[in-house]
Amino acid sequence: IHFILLFSRQGKLRLQKWYTTLPDKEKKKIIREIVQIILARNQKTSSFVDWKDLKLVYKRYASLYFCCAIEDQDNELLTLEVVHRYVELLDRYFGNVCELDIIFNFEKAYFILDEFIIGGEVQETSKKTAVKAIEDSDMLQETVEEYMNKPAF
Amino acid sequence: MPAPIRLRELIRTIRTARTQAEEREMIQKECAAIRSSFREEDNTYRCRNVAKLLYMHMLGYPAHFGQLECLKLIASQKFTDKRIGYLGAMLLLDERQDVHLLMTNCIKNDLNHSTQYVQGLALCTLGCMGSSEMCRDLAGEVEKLLKTSNSYLRKKAALCAVHVIRKVPELMEMFLPATKNLLNEKNHGVLHTSVVLLTEMCERSPDMLAHFRKVRPLSSSQLVPQLVRILKNLIMSGYSPEHDVSGISDPFLQVRILRLLRILGRNDDDSSEAMNDILAQVATNTETSKNVGNAILYETVLTIMDIKSESGLRVLAINILGRFLLNNDKNIRYVALTSLLKTVQTDHNAVQRHRSTIVDCLKDLDVSIKRRAMELSFALVNGNNVRGMMKELLYFLDSCEPEFKADCASGIFLAAEKYAPSKRWHIDTIMRVLTTAGSYVRDDAVPNLIQLITNSVEMHAYTVQRLYKAILGDYSQQPLVQVASWCIGEYGDLLVSGQCEEEEPIQVTEDEVLDILESILISNMSASVTRGYALTAIMKLSTRFTCTVNRIKKVVSIYGSSIDVELQQRAVEYNALFKKYDHMRPALLERMPVMEKVTTNGPAEIVQTNGETETAVLETKPPPSGLQPANQANDLLDLLGGSDITPVIPTAPTSKPASAGGELLDLLGDLNLTGSPVSAPAPQIAQPPFLLDGLTSQPLFNDIAAGIPSITAYNKNGLKIDFTFERSNTNPSVTVITIQASNSTELDMTDFVFQAAVPKTFQLQLLSPSSSVIPAFNSGTITQVIKVLNPQKQQLRMRIKLTYNHKGSAMQDLAEVNNFPPQSWQ
Repeated sequence: IHFILLFSRQGKLRLQKWYTTLPDKEKKKIIREIVQIILARNQKTSSFVDWKDLKLVYKRYASLYFCCAIEDQDNELLTLEVVHRYVELLDRYFGNVCELDIIFNFEKAYFILDEFIIGGEVQETSKKTAVKAIEDSDMLQETVEEYMNKPAF
Repeated sequence: MPAPIRLRELIRTIRTARTQAEEREMIQKECAAIRSSFREEDNTYRCRNVAKLLYMHMLGYPAHFGQLECLKLIASQKFTDKRIGYLGAMLLLDERQDVHLLMTNCIKNDLNHSTQYVQGLALCTLGCMGSSEMCRDLAGEVEKLLKTSNSYLRKKAALCAVHVIRKVPELMEMFLPATKNLLNEKNHGVLHTSVVLLTEMCERSPDMLAHFRKVRPLSSSQLVPQLVRILKNLIMSGYSPEHDVSGISDPFLQVRILRLLRILGRNDDDSSEAMNDILAQVATNTETSKNVGNAILYETVLTIMDIKSESGLRVLAINILGRFLLNNDKNIRYVALTSLLKTVQTDHNAVQRHRSTIVDCLKDLDVSIKRRAMELSFALVNGNNVRGMMKELLYFLDSCEPEFKADCASGIFLAAEKYAPSKRWHIDTIMRVLTTAGSYVRDDAVPNLIQLITNSVEMHAYTVQRLYKAILGDYSQQPLVQVASWCIGEYGDLLVSGQCEEEEPIQVTEDEVLDILESILISNMSASVTRGYALTAIMKLSTRFTCTVNRIKKVVSIYGSSIDVELQQRAVEYNALFKKYDHMRPALLERMPVMEKVTTNGPAEIVQTNGETETAVLETKPPPSGLQPANQANDLLDLLGGSDITPVIPTAPTSKPASAGGELLDLLGDLNLTGSPVSAPAPQIAQPPFLLDGLTSQPLFNDIAAGIPSITAYNKNGLKIDFTFERSNTNPSVTVITIQASNSTELDMTDFVFQAAVPKTFQLQLLSPSSSVIPAFNSGTITQVIKVLNPQKQQLRMRIKLTYNHKGSAMQDLAEVNNFPPQSWQ
């Protein structure tokens, strides 16, 4: 996977994860372009779009579009499953996840993604294990008192 | 200073902004606050501030001033800080910022941290955005973690290793030992990432691939059997809630294993054989009701097609694809078409069976599906199904989106050329394409079509009639108009005489024809090229029409002052034809000969066959009038040679061959020919393919030349002329002779002119020589190419005349060449 984008139906970006190096300007351009392409597609079309030398796999869940860019040799159908799995993880963590959860807890959405995918490849195929790792990490996050009392460096 | 507002608070506030400007204002205010907070080196709230910054970054606002702060967070002892710090690093930093290297040490420390979640953060960050320098520095640490027993870390280390290898391929070797035991794990996460790592290694390095393929008897660690075993367990084992997706056990792992098997089995019989059974098992046992199952089947099909599988398996795979095509789910159909496209070359017959389903997909609403269906359809056209397929494809051309039309038109032309059941059908198909998608037809298709039409001699009347009718109504589609103009120019006489056999001949007068051509000339819609075609067509009609010659003269002279330089030049030249060279006009504007099909490499080669080869006069027999207008012939040839008629590549006009005009007659007379040289208007105009060949210096001619001995044609007074021969592969009656003239005296020979004449049954074309000076002492040669067309395969004879200046005096000699080797003309 080259990158993952989450955006709303109005085209507002909710999450962007890049697994390749690109200048900021380039990223912005790409995002604009892709959002436009995908929002323009209607219900009757397939979930796959040929874009430059990549394939875009996208799926809409409620008001959010999930879009992955994969290479030519990657399996599109499996990527749909990857997207679905990510949504399931979010759902498990947040409990009936909705777009607002992702907006207000974007950093957690990233943490969950990072427990599922590293460097563009899936690292954990068990839902239980992935969610447990996040929850354990959360436990490690200090309470406010602990935070204040621990040395910074 | 009050505590900076919390992240969620900020998000809430920003979301209340009603306009972009309002939002920007809020953001700027907050950024300022954050900046001053950073300046104060506030440790307590750094984390919160960076988090807010990341949010604003996602909204599209600049956040680079937070980069260093991320580094500070990473270095902090607090887990909360580290988490945000690493996230910030992944979002804001990459190898293009110099500061990123400062991370390296932190990451190194964290890789050895006592808490696995910290180690995990470090591995994750390195694996996502690590630069090559960082990777080099930290590869050792990653390798260490690859061997740990902690599966949480092991799986992350494996993917980190993948990233390292992608960034610094030379480090691949380093990870090899660690891979030995990777697949012995039970943990699916580790298994999955290990398979990814192995895949990456095998894809990148043929050595690695060979290493992993190697047969190691009695070893349980041999890769292919190991993978097969794991896959089998996944399929056979019962329900495992942890990894289950819609009844299938860990589809992610299954697909990755299948993909690795594909790489291992490619071009390798042994490996392929070892996996045949499992592939068949997966192919037949996987549930297809949900996307998951289909994802696995898809990967299986890809693998089967790519390895050396047995034919039964391949048929199974294609049938799966066939079933996919009938699936309601668009995604599945899409995937099926993509795969079929990949396999249609190798398993053509099997794919043919699904032809009708594929053709149905042409009517799908999805653009990507349509495109694939179109490409597949073209791949499946053959002699048997061409009529039916064409019908569907023409219908598709009619109704498809503009972005497809050009490709579709080209595809139809190609297919029609290869499989046309009859000339009439072919012409009809072309007409249909031109009229439905005339403006999308590629420019290079026009000369192609013209050649095609020229060669269908019996269809000329029919073609010109249909084309005429087509442009009567509408002449905006340029390619159509170009082809039509050309045809009308060539076959206008057939049009007005109503000679059409194939359909009801129409009644057209010469004036009506000229009307339409003139309107094309005037119309704003006509491109410059099209106008050129029209003007030349009008000119040609001057010899084919009888009563409207004056009108034509008038039109031509009007355009002598056209603003368009191209048009102007043509008009002026044609005017000259009317005035000074009227006697040459019939000969020059004669009907085009049947063009030789030079190659079937597609349009590119044939592009250069032009529609206007009256300029091709390099070696002509001048008209039989008593005067030897050698000089005039000179001027004329220069005149014509000078005019560039697009898309023709200009012929090589030099005055030397032209001067052969007059003398040739003498030479020919000596050869005892009966009748005058130009009794019948059998065109002595060189044929277009010759032009092309000359200019592309004969890549088309095959090296049968190696077998034909060369001869010395002339050797007198220090001047030696050798002939070397080449025969054309595509046209056996053509012989190409390359002459090499060398000079063994002590003084150069200058103004060297080589002329040649052949008996009437032959045709000769002389291309321009490399130079006119033969240097002394054999220090250089002049080369010149002669092409001889010998359709009757008669014995080749040639008379040559040489003129040159040597030692201050003009020399001249005549000779006959009779020692042509049989292979050069038989």
